[in-house]
Amino acid sequence: MLVLTLLILPFVGALLTALAGNRSANKIALLSTVATLLYTLKMYFDFSQGTQVDWSFNAQWLVDPNIMFSLSVDGLSMLMLILTNLLTPVIVLSGLGSSANNSRVFYSLILAMQGAMNGVFLATEGFTFYVFWELSLIPIYFIALIWGRDYSRKITFKFFVYTLFGSLLMLISIIVLYLFAGSLQLENLHRLSLNGLGQTIIFLGFFIAFAVKVPVLPFHTWQPDTYVAAPTQGTMLLSGIMLKMGLYGFVRWLLPIVPFAVAQFAPIVITLGIVGVVYGAWIAIQQDDLKRLFAYSSLSHVGLITAGIFTVNTMGLTGASVQMLAHGVNVIGLFFAAEVIFRRTGTYDLSALGGVRTKAPWFSTYFFILLLGSIGLPLTNAFVGEFMLIFSVWQYNSALGVFAGLTIILAAAYMFRMFQRAMLGNTNTVTQDFQDLNLSEHLTFIPLIILVFVLGVYPMPIIEMVEPVIKQIIQLAAI
Amino acid sequence: MPSNSLYLAVVALPLIGFIISALFGKKLSKQIVGIISSSVIIIPFFIILNAFIGFLNGGEMIHFYLFKWFSVGHYSVNFGIQIDQLSVLMVMLITGVGSLIHLYSISYMHDDENYSNYFSYLNLFVFFMLVLVMSDNYLGMYIGWEGVALTSYLLIGFWFKNNEYNDAAKKAFVMNRVGDLGFLVGMFFVFYYTGSLEFTKVNEALGLGAMVPQLAFIASAAMFLGATGKSAQIPLFTWLPDAMAGPTPVSALIHAATMVTAGIYLIFRSNALFSLAPDTLNIVAIIGIATALYAALVGLAQNDIKKVLAYSTVSQLGLMFLAVGVGAYTTALFHVLTHGFFKALLFLGSGSVIHAMGGNQDIREMGGLKKYMPITYATFLIGSLAISGIPPFSGFFSKDEILAMAFQQNKILWVLGVAVSMMTAFYMFRLLFLTFSGDFRGSKEEKSHLHESPLLMTVPLIILAVLSAIGGIMGLPEVFHAPHFLNNFLAPIIVQTGEAHEHLSASTEYMLMAIATVSGIISIGLAYTLYVAKKSVPGIDASYSGLAKLANKKFYIDEIYNFLFVRPAKWISDFLYRAVDKVLVDGIVELSGKASLFTGDVLRSLQTGQTSFYILAMVLSICFIIGYFLIGL
Repeated sequence: MLVLTLLILPFVGALLTALAGNRSANKIALLSTVATLLYTLKMYFDFSQGTQVDWSFNAQWLVDPNIMFSLSVDGLSMLMLILTNLLTPVIVLSGLGSSANNSRVFYSLILAMQGAMNGVFLATEGFTFYVFWELSLIPIYFIALIWGRDYSRKITFKFFVYTLFGSLLMLISIIVLYLFAGSLQLENLHRLSLNGLGQTIIFLGFFIAFAVKVPVLPFHTWQPDTYVAAPTQGTMLLSGIMLKMGLYGFVRWLLPIVPFAVAQFAPIVITLGIVGVVYGAWIAIQQDDLKRLFAYSSLSHVGLITAGIFTVNTMGLTGASVQMLAHGVNVIGLFFAAEVIFRRTGTYDLSALGGVRTKAPWFSTYFFILLLGSIGLPLTNAFVGEFMLIFSVWQYNSALGVFAGLTIILAAAYMFRMFQRAMLGNTNTVTQDFQDLNLSEHLTFIPLIILVFVLGVYPMPIIEMVEPVIKQIIQLAAI
Repeated sequence: MPSNSLYLAVVALPLIGFIISALFGKKLSKQIVGIISSSVIIIPFFIILNAFIGFLNGGEMIHFYLFKWFSVGHYSVNFGIQIDQLSVLMVMLITGVGSLIHLYSISYMHDDENYSNYFSYLNLFVFFMLVLVMSDNYLGMYIGWEGVALTSYLLIGFWFKNNEYNDAAKKAFVMNRVGDLGFLVGMFFVFYYTGSLEFTKVNEALGLGAMVPQLAFIASAAMFLGATGKSAQIPLFTWLPDAMAGPTPVSALIHAATMVTAGIYLIFRSNALFSLAPDTLNIVAIIGIATALYAALVGLAQNDIKKVLAYSTVSQLGLMFLAVGVGAYTTALFHVLTHGFFKALLFLGSGSVIHAMGGNQDIREMGGLKKYMPITYATFLIGSLAISGIPPFSGFFSKDEILAMAFQQNKILWVLGVAVSMMTAFYMFRLLFLTFSGDFRGSKEEKSHLHESPLLMTVPLIILAVLSAIGGIMGLPEVFHAPHFLNNFLAPIIVQTGEAHEHLSASTEYMLMAIATVSGIISIGLAYTLYVAKKSVPGIDASYSGLAKLANKKFYIDEIYNFLFVRPAKWISDFLYRAVDKVLVDGIVELSGKASLFTGDVLRSLQTGQTSFYILAMVLSICFIIGYFLIGL
């Protein structure tokens, strides 16, 4: 029962926020997310201490067909819950400095999305997973549509069609799974031994749904446009948390359930991932729109995580776990930095900016630290994960590993170019009145900055948390 | 153990200094920032001096762990500190020269508006440099390796309003990262085949045959690529001359005495691996001598005082790689140390000159400075004699040893080495004479400002001059029948695989010394004839022709790299974005979307629809999905 709290808190928060006035909506949402965060931390504390708490919830949803509503927590879910419930308050906080129209609906949607994503990471039953998966799409869809840029309608529609298409395929896979297993409980699915064709069908359905969400090349063309057009808080939700649903899906719903198909498709997926790494990074080198640049950078980073997952070795999966959290922190920070610039200058265009560092030393320091995290400088959060991921790919195939390693060069090139053009040099008419951060902006950046260093220097708690789950998944995925 | 925390303080103090200056530097007075930043380097120097004395008395390697960084399966990496004979020498160089340069900077940077930032970066640099040489494993070394690149970036682009400087900083970082990829791949090999990244364990595993020679070749060659980035060797050297955009004390510390020697340190540290791969060593020697020759040639035709010194650094680093390549690790380190003294001295001297010249760095507009700044002149002269290999100055001993080692391996390498040596003496004395002799050629205004630098700047010069003069006693040649201190001291670090070098006969060695010395003196005489007796002054850059023009233009390497790498990279980026991503991939998606899901008409009408329609569509589709699910079974 306890685990339901992680659903109840955000959804009740969403309800309260919707009922509240527009002026207090942001603060109520913040309170709600902080409450969820505190509960998650308490859970993490109990969890890591090994305290005996029953973290699962099972109820019969439908009798025929045999559908359960099942939630449970293990180390990997815990990691994803920390990611979600740590970053959502930051995302809410980041809006404190600007007022969105109709903010009670806006924040209500964010909280609903948080609840749904918690559900995705907790679900241990196929149908439960599917419902939360779909549920999480609705709020972000409206956030992007209503609060996005003027031209966002077509873009959001494309995003919607893309994901719906993926969802439909996933649904087919779930139905096929049910036909084979007579149940969608994860432990039953683990025991299932499917033939090659069955595995392939199930694999493709799930894979495309997840690959669209992440996105994996070539299912990514909705992503840069959507990231640019969506309001920045929506972009943070999408890139910081929501795309991890896809990566998590690979680990939870593909590797242990259809191991033959995973082994069969792994060479293709790993190659797609690595091509995405270089492709995204290379495109980012010449981008002038801050948000688009970060979008392609994100494409590059998640390609590496995908490749690491499909190596199905401990190094790759551990690296992916560490990197999911690190990427969430960095990408949210970077998009927030873009937002800070936009609030003051009305533009994301690098060619219009310059000289901000003289005007806003605090902001440029935070921005620079997040940039270092993003390019994986040792002792910052993304290094350990990146090292493990590239190492795992290198073990899989040394040429691919070296190719993936190009990311460390390309990332330095596009990030330093971006920073130089936005922040260094002399001020111009656009940036001459640039104000340094206000209190709420400081408060948004500070937790992220702390996480950049803490995760970089001491990632062991994360590694230890996911270790047993990864061991189990690798056993199940062994063919 | 209390001594462990003492050695931890060596690393921690510069970090603490960085944090203080970074957070509170703007609130503290410049004097206090300068004192704090300098003391956090000076104190570690004395701590490590104590350790050094311990080693002289037969002390053992100091090795301890802090905590586990990460571990996956049987792969595990700890934060650990290792102080042995090699790292103790490096730490003494870093903190010793570092202290002098901090003191010098207090005066040199006094009027800069970002004074406290400068010192915070400088402290951070020393922190990372110490991590680099004190870590007990490759990944710890890599922290320092990338960290010094970061601080180098920050300091090259210290005057960040100037976009040319920012470009130089970016170039340095990106080019270093090309090398870092090599380092990373080299580490993968070591980690995978020896199961560890800890130096002692790696060496142990290598001794047991963990790597066959082919693997050792690939691994060491990859690591050497890393070394070429950090130590500015062919092909990754073009960032170093541009790095002169940074403040001059930074050039002295980072881009001459310490950071750029990290590549030598890496190979020395990995000597067990490199000795398994004679092919790599041959490559190292060839790259080393080629870089040394190239940079010396370019140095002949540069007229910016810092550019001459920059190319000289590249050239001297090339000689160090030559030494490593012929298996003379200790000799390379000997030259790292003496070069650290005299090149830091020369850079700081040039800083003193630039200070007096009000920022002008063009030696064609100098001249006659010795009567205005006698201390700078005298110390600069000592530095020039040392780098030119004139006995009894320090450079003579280390360079002579490199040449002798090269001679044993391959006579051609020796001939080329002597040629480098001659060019070095020539360009250095060309620089010295044009700057300090003759009459002043600059503007009247500049002339009225000429002055000797304050004590805080001249005292470091004097100390470095003394070290440059006498530093040779660390490694007296065999024929002198004196103990070779460095060889004996560093012997425990060298994992000997082959047989020891055959010794040259005394007469050969005397002959080699004589040839090197005489050729150096001839070069100096030539420079004297040209620039003092004939008082000739190099013309404007456009007046050069032939080889001189090629050298002046650095053989157009930057332009070639631009053409081969930078521009195609941008072009590919645009192509991928505009053609592949926007048209091809997205086109296929849109097309298949239209074909399979909707007709084009429906899609168009949907796009102009109302929000409420979408809500309806959403709800309907969910109902449809659930309904389908239930009915379909």
